[in-house]
Order: sequence, then C-alpha cells, then structure tokens
Amino acid sequence: MTTEKTGTHGAILQDKAPEKDAAIVELRGAGKSYGNIRALHGVDLKVFPSQVTCVLGDNGAGKSTLIKIISGLHQHTEGEFLVDGAPVRFSTPREALDAGIATVYQDLAVVPLMPVWRNFFLGSEMTKGPWPIRRLDIEKMKKTADHELREMGIVLDDLEQPIGTLSGGQRQCVAIARAVYFGARVLILDEPTAALGVKQSGVVLKYIAAAREKGLGVIFITHNPHHAYMVGDHFSVLRLGTMELNASRSEVSLEELTNHMAGGTELAALKHELSQVRGVDVEELPEEEDLTAPVASTEGKS
Amino acid sequence: MTRQAEPAVTSPPAPGPGKESDGRTRQRPLALRLLARPEVGVFLGAVAVLIFFLITAPAVRDGSSMANILYQSSTIGIMALPVALLMIGGEFDLSAGVAVITSALTASMTAYQLSMNVWVGVIVALIVSLAIGLFNGWLLVKTGLPSFLVTLGTFLILQGVNLAVTKSITGNVATDDISDMDGFDQAKALFASSFEVGGVNVKITVVWWLVFAAIATWVLLRTKYGNWIFAVGGNKDSSRAVGVPVTFTKISLFMLVGFGAWFVGMHQLFSFNTVQSGEGVGQELIYIAAAVIGGCLLTGGAGSAIGPVFGAFMFGMVQQGIVYAGWNPDWFKAFLGVMLLGAVLINLWVQRTATRR
Repeated sequence: MTTEKTGTHGAILQDKAPEKDAAIVELRGAGKSYGNIRALHGVDLKVFPSQVTCVLGDNGAGKSTLIKIISGLHQHTEGEFLVDGAPVRFSTPREALDAGIATVYQDLAVVPLMPVWRNFFLGSEMTKGPWPIRRLDIEKMKKTADHELREMGIVLDDLEQPIGTLSGGQRQCVAIARAVYFGARVLILDEPTAALGVKQSGVVLKYIAAAREKGLGVIFITHNPHHAYMVGDHFSVLRLGTMELNASRSEVSLEELTNHMAGGTELAALKHELSQVRGVDVEELPEEEDLTAPVASTEGKS
Repeated sequence: MTRQAEPAVTSPPAPGPGKESDGRTRQRPLALRLLARPEVGVFLGAVAVLIFFLITAPAVRDGSSMANILYQSSTIGIMALPVALLMIGGEFDLSAGVAVITSALTASMTAYQLSMNVWVGVIVALIVSLAIGLFNGWLLVKTGLPSFLVTLGTFLILQGVNLAVTKSITGNVATDDISDMDGFDQAKALFASSFEVGGVNVKITVVWWLVFAAIATWVLLRTKYGNWIFAVGGNKDSSRAVGVPVTFTKISLFMLVGFGAWFVGMHQLFSFNTVQSGEGVGQELIYIAAAVIGGCLLTGGAGSAIGPVFGAFMFGMVQQGIVYAGWNPDWFKAFLGVMLLGAVLINLWVQRTATRR
C-alpha cells in the first residue's frame, strides 16, 4: 500500500500548516464508561500546534483512558472529540494515525530484536519495483532513518543493531523521531520519562521541545510535574477521572502544579494520620490551607 | 492566549551533521560477527555431520548416495521452510505432519472416487490444505489461544479424520492406486520426477527445495511481508500499534504451512501412487526441530530461511548416513535428539560468546 510516493511522509507539515489559534485536537466534556465504571468524565482539552499540553495525574486518574480515546484504541461514550473542528470517532489506531495523531506508547511499540531502521519504518515500509518483485528499498530507508535521527540530534553508529540494544532514552527518541517523520501533527507521549534516569529524561525533554519547534502539538502524559513544567505550555491535571486543573503556563506555578499532582488535600489528611504514628516528624509538612492552589483560576502567581 | 513564562527548554537540540558516530560501539571482528549468526552455526554443524559420515560410512562418498541424502533432506526441508517462517512469526503448527497426509488422501480419493483427472484432486487438496491453515490461523487470532493448543487440536482431528474417512470410503487404510488415471504423468513430472546430472539421478524435490528456500529468504529479508513476519513474532502488540496487519500475517503464515503440506503431500502421492492414512504422525516435530536447529527462535522474532535448509540437510544426512554406515536404523531418533540438543546448546554458546560486548 505504501510506496515512496503515496505515504504520509514529510510534506504534511507544510501542507496543513494550521493557524496558530485553531486547535488540532479538542475534547469537549468527553468521558468514557466501561460498563458501570466511569473512568473519565467531563474532560476538556485543547491541543494547539507548536504547544506542549501536559496531562498530569496519579495512577488511576484516567490518563491512560484519555490517551486511548485520542489515539483510537477506545471510543468516548460522552461529550465530543473534534479533530480540526470536526467531530470524529476513531475505531482503530490506524484511523488516528491517518488523521495525523501519533502515539508513542510506554512500551514504545518497537520490536526489540529488529534493527533500528526496520523498526523506524515498520508498518510503513518504503518499497520499489513492480508487484511480483516489489521489495524493500533498504538503502533509502537506512539513509532516511539516519537523516531523520540526526535531525533530531540522535547519532547512531550502526542502524543494523537491534533496537533492543539501545538505551531507554535512545529508544524513546527513535520512537518520537519516527512519529515526527510519518507526518504526525499531534504527538501523544505516554509517560516517556517514567522509566528513565535524570540525564535520559533530559534528552527526551529536549526532543519534546524539538517536536514542538517543528510545529507539532504535543500531548505529554506524565506524573512528574517537574518534567511537565520544563517543557509545558498548558497543564491539565486529572484526578479520579475528572479534570482538577486546566491552566496555561501563565496561570500556574510549579509549586501549585506539584501540589495538585500530589493531591493537595489528601496529603494534608495523610499528614494528620502520620502524626498519630510515633517517629514521623510532621512539623515540616504543609497544612491543608497551604495547599489550596486555585483551580483553573486566572490569577497567575508565577 | 498569552504566554508569560517561557518554558525552560525551548531550543531544539542542534542537529549534529559534524558528529559521525557516537564512538561507543566498536566493530567486532568479522569472524565473531559471522559466528553470531545462527545460520552460520548450523552450517558448520551440517559440515561436521557430513564429514563424520564421510569418514565412518564410505558408501556416502558415492554421488548417488549423496543424491539420495539430498532427496531425503528435501522432503523434510520443503516443509521445514514454512514451519520456520511460522516460527519466526511467533507460532508453531503441530498439525503440519498429518496435514501432509490429509492433503495426499484428499487428492487421491477425490480423483479416484469421482473418476476425474488427477489435477482436480490436486486442486481440491490445495484448497483443503489452505483451508486447514486458515482454520488454524483464524482460531488462533480469534481466541488468542496459544498455537500449541489450537494446532494440537487440529493434529488430533486430522489424525482421526485421515483414518476414519479413508477406511469408510476405500474400506482400507490405504488409498487406491491412481497411477493409471488421467493427468497422473503430468502431475508426477511436477511433483515426483527425477533427472540425470553427470550420471547421478536427482529427484526434482531437491530443486523445489532450493527454489523455495531462495524465495523464502528473499521474502523474509527483502519484502514488506518478511518485515511483518519478524515484527509479529518479535512483538505482536507493538506491530499492531504501528499499523502492521498482524491478523493477516499470522493467518497467511498458517496457510503457507498448508501450502507446504500440500506440496509434500502431492510428492508422496505421485511418487508412491497410494497413501497410507496413518502416516505423518511425529513428522511435525521433525520439521520443528529442523527449524530450531536452523537457528529459528522458538518464541519467534528471529531466524532465517537458509538455516532450516542446513537443519533439514543434517536430518537427511543422519537418516541416510546411519543406513549407509550399516548401523541399526532404530538409532535414528536417538541420534536426532542428541543432535537437536547439541545444536541448540552450541548455538546458544556461540551466540553468547560472539555477541558479548
């Protein structure tokens, strides 16, 4: 199906360069129920080109459900999901990909035993020649993969090495470079820094910034507010399936973000409980009133 | 929307055209890199077995016995190829052995009972064989059951059906001789003829074996489909997420095994004119063993098509070599077992040594 001519490669970014104010992906009061369990409810989210939208939340807050809706693995059961202003309902990840929404999953969707360049083009291989002898254009794929990786600042000695031999950060970057190359307009990153060390996380954050510079809208899922604040333009905090905070960078400080992430009031309650236990010094822990940051307020503190 | 505070990281990393390599990997010596390839290991193993029998069984040194050994290898090798591809794709097929007989029985009985040209039987057998593969693959994909269970089921079903249907139709455990029927000679020329090379009688299956091996190697390494085979065997979920048609790939691999079973079944039918309905049991393990000795990873994701060619050659060599050496052929299976374990262990050791960083 995909030849070097018909793929979604490259050109899309220029073709569809959207106005800065139009959201590529928008959720309006979106929600998802699995049977009688409401995993997500009333979520509003806008993703603009050249912006990093951070989605934060504790385990079980509904982050995964949110990604699954946007990436086409699940369908929303309430509210609206719009791409370029038109309501959509993806039934497969392929449809989302065709709409320019690429997801870099936690497991990165790479095949560890396969060479880097084969992984880069997996599912969208370049071919040459007429049908019975249509074959992979290996030279071109290697060259393109190498070029694209260098463009993102990743230099690899040997594209033939199995991708499993790369470090976690490098693998993450290859996955991001792949999504960027295949014409993604929106990049969803599912906890890209969760399993990485400090330095590796820094590398990944740089590539997130690089993707933004290329004009992509990035949805950065994380539970690390520090990482989010380093690159984010807009922050949404999920808690128990609903939106707890929805603020742009100007409206929220790192401290507030951290408090929201940590679950503000719950922490205060925890402090109270800990004070019953001997040996835990609670003097230094914050009180409840210190932790009430404005919810989606407009008064910026930063 | 105004941005007051700029994000901390704004500039993309500078693309590094000046930096040619990250300097952390060192090219390992060629010999080590070659040894790390499983098909090189099995090639050396096959050479070792060949030398062993050339020394111990002088009869092997004759050209015609070599042709015989190659013929024996080809009947295993033709089936070992699709079984190997399926294994690289992450599954295996226990019904492959009896499916060969099912195919031969179908062709023979369809043609004989309906008194039609044998080609009708051949075509019907092809359809049945592909359908068995389709059923295996479809059930596996639909239910998500392990291929061991699904194909163990088909294995037992086919084993029973082979015997029961043959007995009820022919009243015998074997099919009737079809050698005087229309189209038999044509079909025999395709599936079971032989030709002379320098005074040595070579069976056509040897040619088919090598042709199929060449096609399989090309498909595996040079086509999109080959890429998908490695991908679905290496990581099914990742492959699906990046748009590889996992269902299509798995089902078509099972159908490819069906095609192989058909081809070998036709060869048996047209070289012996009649088929014993109880045969084929145990052959599936020989095919799987040949693929594993050939360096295919039992769990999928790695392997080659050329490795199983050497794997099958080792088997054919041992099977015939024992006879030429004048030993009791009952030792064949024991020999195979030792060879399988030996090959797997040596492969493991060589790969660990060669890939150590």
